Amino acid sequence: MSERKKGWKEIPVGGVCWKPATEYSTGDWRTFKPVHDSEKCTKCLLCPIICPDASINWNTATQDIEFNYNFCKGCGICANECPANAIEMVREGEA
Amino acid sequence: MTLPSWKFTAKEIVKKPELFTSGHRACAGCGPAIALRQIMKATRGPTIVTNATGCMEVVSTIYPYTAWKVPWIHTAFENVAANASGIEAALKAMKRKEMYKGTIDVIAFAGDGGTFDIGIQALSGAAERGHDFLYVLYDNEAYMNTGIQRSGGTPHGASTTTSPAGKVIPGKTQFKKPIADIMVAHEIPYVATASIAYWQDVLMKARKGLEVEGPAFLHVFAPCPRGWRYDTSKTVEIARLAVETCVFPLWEAVNGNYSLSPQSKIAALKPDRKKPVIDYLKMQRRFRHLFNPSFEHERIVIQERIDKRWGKLLKKCDMA
Repeated sequence: MSERKKGWKEIPVGGVCWKPATEYSTGDWRTFKPVHDSEKCTKCLLCPIICPDASINWNTATQDIEFNYNFCKGCGICANECPANAIEMVREGEA
Repeated sequence: MTLPSWKFTAKEIVKKPELFTSGHRACAGCGPAIALRQIMKATRGPTIVTNATGCMEVVSTIYPYTAWKVPWIHTAFENVAANASGIEAALKAMKRKEMYKGTIDVIAFAGDGGTFDIGIQALSGAAERGHDFLYVLYDNEAYMNTGIQRSGGTPHGASTTTSPAGKVIPGKTQFKKPIADIMVAHEIPYVATASIAYWQDVLMKARKGLEVEGPAFLHVFAPCPRGWRYDTSKTVEIARLAVETCVFPLWEAVNGNYSLSPQSKIAALKPDRKKPVIDYLKMQRRFRHLFNPSFEHERIVIQERIDKRWGKLLKKCDMA
């Protein structure tokens, strides 16, 4: 990292974390990528609730689920649990 | 307890802001991370969280990053319940001095190592003193963050790094401690078990635990793909199978009165729908040595013990 790290005089007292984890993307851990088929999807909203990384969000504007590939670790729980088989895992870089 | 006036629908839950955010560094397919996300969705207002050392403490706050959007305190393995007691006592004193209005909830998260083994003394003390907090045990059945060592929560026959399976010893030789029953014996107002596969059940029980006056204990079953050695996509499937095979039955005890949750009632009312435990064992490689011919009797021992515990539970629920 090129940015200068904070010295001991600048960091918060008591070891308080000052950066949100959402600044740290875990998406590059992924080997398989979930791809969502909007036509098959029944919008049961199961996947946003069982995703361990909170990387599936409900978009109220488009009324559809969307993946946040910055955080998805590619575990495949969503594809395994989807009752409509609307999520498919494809190898990263192939789709 | 009065009937709940709240309901959890998927549509409302997905709109609720994440209090346990993305960007935490749990393994892919982490069960406890699902449990924490679901429970944080069940909060009713301002909440203070305290977390014992364990997987979820390590992965959620790697300095200087934090995945929590609530006040969060890390504490050692043994004293998360003592810490929660202190927070609750401080809140009570501040309320008496009219420093704040309304209610602030306290949640203590701990893994199975921090509850079954190291933290039970502090937990027992806090339950006896009757502090008003919710204690959530996310049970991944070993010390996963330090490298899969056996704990009091590890089931019989599981191979871990400190109970390795060999030619003679079939993994862990002892049985799992019935921690939730121990907590019922403390005569606290609310004890429940939940599985991440049934999210509505988890949310309902977490909210009930928060609403109740006095200590509440929630035992959440959370599979770990690394330690249990299965494919990351099977986390929720295994959590569901544990309930269907009655390895981990779901129940709640309000003021000591046991009642089965609907997911486990199916197996109680229709015994033919109770799946054999072998279905659960063969999905996980921590149990693969049990499928050697030399350890065949171990599978029978496990099934017998599970049936025995299930029978006991049915008697407690007046369903036998």
